Amino acid sequence: MNNNMKLNLKLKIWRQSSAKSVGSFVDYKVSVSPDASFLEMLDEINNELEKNNQDPIVFESDCREGICGTCGLVINGEPHGPLRKVATCQLHMRNFKDGQTIWVEPFRAKAFPVIKDLAVDRSAFDKIIQAGGYISVNTGGVPDANSIPIAKDIASEAFDSAACIGCGACVAACKNSSAMLFVSAKVTQFALLPQGQPERQQRVEAMVAKMDEFGFGSCSNTYACEAECPKGISVRNIARLNHEYLSAKVKSTNVEV
Amino acid sequence: MSWFWQSVNSSVGKKIVMAFTGILLVVYLVIHLAGNLTLYGGEKAFDSYAGVLEVIKPLIRIIEVLLALVFIFHIFNGIRVWWGNKKAKPIDYAVNAKSKNSTLFSRTMIHTGVIVLIFLVLHLVTIWYPYNAGGGEVNLYKIVSGRFADPIYAWFYIVAMALLGFHLNHGFQSAFQTLGWNHKKYFSLIQTIGTIYATLTAIGFASLPIYFLYFHGR
Ligand code: SF4
Ligand code: FES
Repeated sequence: MNNNMKLNLKLKIWRQSSAKSVGSFVDYKVSVSPDASFLEMLDEINNELEKNNQDPIVFESDCREGICGTCGLVINGEPHGPLRKVATCQLHMRNFKDGQTIWVEPFRAKAFPVIKDLAVDRSAFDKIIQAGGYISVNTGGVPDANSIPIAKDIASEAFDSAACIGCGACVAACKNSSAMLFVSAKVTQFALLPQGQPERQQRVEAMVAKMDEFGFGSCSNTYACEAECPKGISVRNIARLNHEYLSAKVKSTNVEV
Repeated sequence: MSWFWQSVNSSVGKKIVMAFTGILLVVYLVIHLAGNLTLYGGEKAFDSYAGVLEVIKPLIRIIEVLLALVFIFHIFNGIRVWWGNKKAKPIDYAVNAKSKNSTLFSRTMIHTGVIVLIFLVLHLVTIWYPYNAGGGEVNLYKIVSGRFADPIYAWFYIVAMALLGFHLNHGFQSAFQTLGWNHKKYFSLIQTIGTIYATLTAIGFASLPIYFLYFHGR
């Protein structure tokens, strides 16, 4: 490609050598194709840095097609950048203007400590899933397909909730670092389906308790999470979580916690 | 009962307390405003309203105690939620893009709430207390119209009511969401009703000092 079709950008990227050290923004100048994705641009910077024997910028990515949820970065103050319903890996440089300054920061939350540079530790999400984000399946013969009837609209709604990729952008966007959009998507997905019924009450109780244990905040309904979620998970899931939690607490026989 | 306190103190539980007490306060404001609007009927109309309050005094006293509890829970719990949420996000972003994903009303609940709290204290000290401490002799109309004729008092009242409107605008729909009543079909209607309610409440209360300051007796 012709060089003058490239975008010249100034990047201010958060560099932090370890969890304990103090970080700061470092300036980088790049000339990048408008067709490159945001992560490809970072790859190019890293190639240069490595060539010069410098420490490359640490960031996470895996699928690079918006389904694994590892690639969250905060770009100009917004998780996954300015475009709606896309992950960072699907954000292309044509969405930025020539000469623009772009700030790149890691997700900020007490429960998501920085590991290095732009990579944060999101294992709290795994622990929340382990607390109840599953269904128990007993062994035995394979059940017939479609032996349990589920209405199409219910199945679709459960599927919408199941589209959550666990990226953590909801926590990053929330001024309270609340994980409720994530947790509610998981709770809703199972609460709607017959397979989720046996563990329904204990699931919501255990997942909320785990979420609180990690120090995620309390939802104050700013709905920033829904706006920034790459999968467009609706805050109606949070309403359902609240309702599920309330009814579980009232009805369950669990008096321990 | 430990499960009960554990639930109330959970992240979801604290929100439910906010929503529940918030709804009670929303209802209370309607009643309070309806009473205040009798001021427009002149001294006689207001005195007869105050007279009714006098007759049902024992009931009013019970309501006042319950109301105080509701206020205290709402305020104490609100500050606790805010403090916990601040701790959950110890470092904020260098670039602030919050206006792109949320409303100003939703982000400033603690600020509008605290100003309304200051107003509440002042309101109790300057109107509720003189009236109740003075026995049956004091004239409520005189107290109120006297306060409202003072421009500093009146303008603080007006500003506080505008911010109360901001608080209610977010709070109304927020309470429904927190209690799980967010339905695809009806939620935008709830949001609209909330905005209308908040606007009318703010205008209703704030119109009284404006009336006494600029129009009454001129
Ligand atoms: S709800 Fe959306 S933003 Fe939150 S983890 Fe799931 S996909 Fe990511
Ligand atoms: S790298 Fe998998 S979602 Fe972006």
